[in-house]
Amino acid sequence: MRRNITVNIALAALLLAVPLVALWASQPFYVTLATRIAILALAAVGLNIALGLGGLVSFGHAAFFGIGGYAAGILASHAMSGEPLAFGIAGTNQMPLIWLVAVPVAGLAAAAIGAISLRTSGVYFIMITLAFAQMLYYFAISWPAYGGEDGLSMALRNQFPGVNTLRPLPFFLICYALLLAGIGLFAMLRGSRFGAALQAARQNPMRLTAVGIAPYRIRLVSFILSAMLTALAGALYADLNRFVSPSMMSWHMSGELIVLVILGGVGRAFGPLAGAMLFVLMEHYLGGLTERWQLFLGLVLLAVVIFARGGVLGLLAGKARHG
Amino acid sequence: MQTALFLEQLLNGLQLGVMLFLMAAGLTLIFGVMGLINLAHGSLYMVGAFACAAVAAWSGSFWLGLAASLAAAAAAGAILEVAVIRKLYARDHLDQVLATFALILVFSEGTRWLFGSFPLYLDIPPLLQGTVPLPGGGRYQLYRLAIIGVGIAVAVGLYLLIGRTRLGMRIRAGESDREMIAALGVDVNTLYTVVFALGAALAGLAGALVGALQSVQVGMGEPVLILAFVVIVIGGIGSIRGALAGALLVGVVDTMGRFLLPQAFGLVMAPSQAGLVGGAVASMLIYIVMAVILALRPQGLFGAKA
Repeated sequence: MRRNITVNIALAALLLAVPLVALWASQPFYVTLATRIAILALAAVGLNIALGLGGLVSFGHAAFFGIGGYAAGILASHAMSGEPLAFGIAGTNQMPLIWLVAVPVAGLAAAAIGAISLRTSGVYFIMITLAFAQMLYYFAISWPAYGGEDGLSMALRNQFPGVNTLRPLPFFLICYALLLAGIGLFAMLRGSRFGAALQAARQNPMRLTAVGIAPYRIRLVSFILSAMLTALAGALYADLNRFVSPSMMSWHMSGELIVLVILGGVGRAFGPLAGAMLFVLMEHYLGGLTERWQLFLGLVLLAVVIFARGGVLGLLAGKARHG
Repeated sequence: MQTALFLEQLLNGLQLGVMLFLMAAGLTLIFGVMGLINLAHGSLYMVGAFACAAVAAWSGSFWLGLAASLAAAAAAGAILEVAVIRKLYARDHLDQVLATFALILVFSEGTRWLFGSFPLYLDIPPLLQGTVPLPGGGRYQLYRLAIIGVGIAVAVGLYLLIGRTRLGMRIRAGESDREMIAALGVDVNTLYTVVFALGAALAGLAGALVGALQSVQVGMGEPVLILAFVVIVIGGIGSIRGALAGALLVGVVDTMGRFLLPQAFGLVMAPSQAGLVGGAVASMLIYIVMAVILALRPQGLFGAKA
């Protein structure tokens, strides 16, 4: 267990050190890279609640990622134009306010999607979550008010009180802090009574029912929490790129989020961070070497699934307690 | 004119449904017999289309291309099964999703490497060019009617294969009890490879047939794959009859939704607004249908158990 903690601290410290060194060496591009890692890791931490703890293979988490992104994009575009949204709600370019909208909206969407999807299990659950995500994806494409297929760009990054978010380092630190908070939340959930019930719902729903806890409700709550965290990451992702498009909701994005979780190690608090680091670095370096980097990404993934069960952290830090 | 247009759209819906059935039949067979969820099925569709386009361009004959598409997709399927898929049967769905997702990346980039990023084009064979008259004064492409015919033939063929032959008996036995047929001396490994190759060949056939209607390009399999998943989930996973019903339902609902919904909304709102709302709802329609069906019947229309 001690080795596990050392590896986790090393990963977190590494992610913090990269932008500091990069700025010192005046290579601001690496700050952006580290920010991307932090945001994708946060999205995957969200998914890991449903996938890792609850065993709910959601193939539609890109929907929540996209909802977060669009919340940021739409609110910012209304703040820019000065026109209120429906019901006279004003737009805003303040990140905390945007998060306060993005997270509950994703929570409501997840409550609706989860309430229907969780009636099914196994492959049906995988497919119905995919279908709901596709539904939102096609809606985003065919609804022209916010850019439709072309997406929506934001002139400026949204603001955070007391911080200059236009500079890369402060924005990275916001994302990094949220990532650590997200990982903390995950660890807290896993250790709580709720987490115990959720993991029992994965391992043996029958026994859980026998002790008087309905798995459905536990799963639904975990699905909602999971979606909310992923939506928060989506809002940050929109701010990072200053651009939102339907591709944030595409099924490739859902697949990538699952990949991040599995690459790092399912059900581990720092797994998504390890997965996101590996994924973004592969994307960056393999992408620099060859245009066909996705071919090699595919081969690496295949090798991880077939030979290295337990992901990167499984290799680095030993087998998880995850059962 | 309205009746002719309506009939034409209905036939388009049937043609889409039949094409989805070719994809969904393989997917549902593979899931039913081996318990495997195969995201790379769309890649086999792409392999079929590319093989057909390449061979047709080289030989000048669409029919040779069609034969090549069946052979290439079946071979790709068999190799894939032996090299990778076989290791995934004992794994959970999560591993299967991930591994076959990885295979999509490999297939897509590999095809782009071989054929470049530009789409290939495939001509409709001379025998099937032209149109036929429809009642009500319209005309309809003969080739699309031929696709519907092929789909019906495949449905009947699969029905006979599974219901009346020794191989079909083994497939049915494999669906109900894998361990038992292995214990009775059936070579399960070969059976699995044959089933996978059969599913792959059907996907390749669908790719080749559609290749003459659209351009043949990398990524063409993905939208079809997702529709095929919607089909098998609606129909009930593992049921070929369900795949047929689901495919026709999805094909017709999707096509007619895009045709009728903007008009229906036009009755209650301004035409420009109606086109917008109708188009948006139509693009989501089949997913809404799927959600409603699963909410009422979680195991799908013809599914045995959830």
